Amino acid sequence: MLTEAQAWQVLKQIPDPELPAVSVCELGIVREVRAAEDTVTVVVTPTYSGCPATQMIEAAIRTALQDAGCAAVSVETRLSPAWTTDWLTPEARAKLRAYGIAPPQAARPELAQPLRFVPPAPRCPRCDAPDTVRLSEFGSTACKALYRCTQCREPFEYFKPI
Amino acid sequence: MTYTPHLEYVLRLADNALILGQRLSEWTGHAPVLEEELALANIALDLIGQSRLLLTHAGRLEGARRDEDQLAFLRSDHQFRNVTLVELPNGDFGRTVLRNFLVSAFQREVWQALESSRDRELAAIAEKSLKETRYHVKHSADWVIRLGDGTDGSHLRIQSALDYLWPYTAELFTENPVDNEIAAAGLGVAWSSLEPAWENTVRPVLMEATLAVPARTAFRSRGKLGLHSEYLGHLLTEMQHLQRTHPGAQW
Repeated sequence: MLTEAQAWQVLKQIPDPELPAVSVCELGIVREVRAAEDTVTVVVTPTYSGCPATQMIEAAIRTALQDAGCAAVSVETRLSPAWTTDWLTPEARAKLRAYGIAPPQAARPELAQPLRFVPPAPRCPRCDAPDTVRLSEFGSTACKALYRCTQCREPFEYFKPI
Repeated sequence: MTYTPHLEYVLRLADNALILGQRLSEWTGHAPVLEEELALANIALDLIGQSRLLLTHAGRLEGARRDEDQLAFLRSDHQFRNVTLVELPNGDFGRTVLRNFLVSAFQREVWQALESSRDRELAAIAEKSLKETRYHVKHSADWVIRLGDGTDGSHLRIQSALDYLWPYTAELFTENPVDNEIAAAGLGVAWSSLEPAWENTVRPVLMEATLAVPARTAFRSRGKLGLHSEYLGHLLTEMQHLQRTHPGAQW
């Protein structure tokens, strides 16, 4: 039997399978934890509809809580409100930058822009130069775009605001 | 098999996403450059993810204990409700991104309107899908302009793609009883009402791409009524092969 606070402590140790630098809590995927009787219920909001990591995250949550002594684990999916990169914690942003991924800018203003609007480029996570160019709207995963720094010439990934 | 209007409507959304996602996944390993390989695969992944949520919802509405897999892999072509536009072969890269543009601009209007659906599950799926679809519109609009206003060769090819695809876009907005019932019940938006908003997105981009938009003709495809082109059967043969050969197979 775990308390809610203990369950949160366990969940904070679970890395995101695609972005191991940050935990699933720091990404804002875990929305709620309820502990009642012998069951811990974890409410999860998926990042992208087709994200292959979603099922891995659910499995990791079950395993981690069971290993911590929780008899029954229930993982619920909550779609609304939809996940946004605005839920990333400040710690997660710093960790992403240190990992070489430019953290997302604020999501809301960008979404309201007209179709042909080109948002301000992210700063290079390596040399912090402001001059970067977009190579592709989609990177190695749906949540990232591909950029290159015009100063240090290094390519890097940018976590897209959504 | 008869579907209720509610189920029919959700299946149209689900099948549009599923079939276009399946078509785009055909590009894996064949795209002209690596960046576009990743982009098309990621867009396909978004669409298939959306269709999973929608098919799961459709299965609950149907109440016959069918899950997303059974609905995707064990229906025949006449039971699919996607518009014909999404089942047409990919053609070249230009036709593929042009179709993505025409379809995602439409989906964006649909998701926006469905955010206020009285069907709370559908509204939640719409809210989530809208964010992804915005990126699809942006990506494809960029390419349509780049190819249309590009070289003589790229212009010629994407213009012929527009001539080929345009007649099929009429189906998106044809009126029908399902649409009207759904709109009257507050469950969704009648697709026929979305044409002006769609044109407001599509025409400026096609104009910037220096493309000539063909005139509307009397031709109407009828995929959303279950009357498909021969292409869907071939697509399903490949997509459903495993479940048809080994029913219930899991991995």
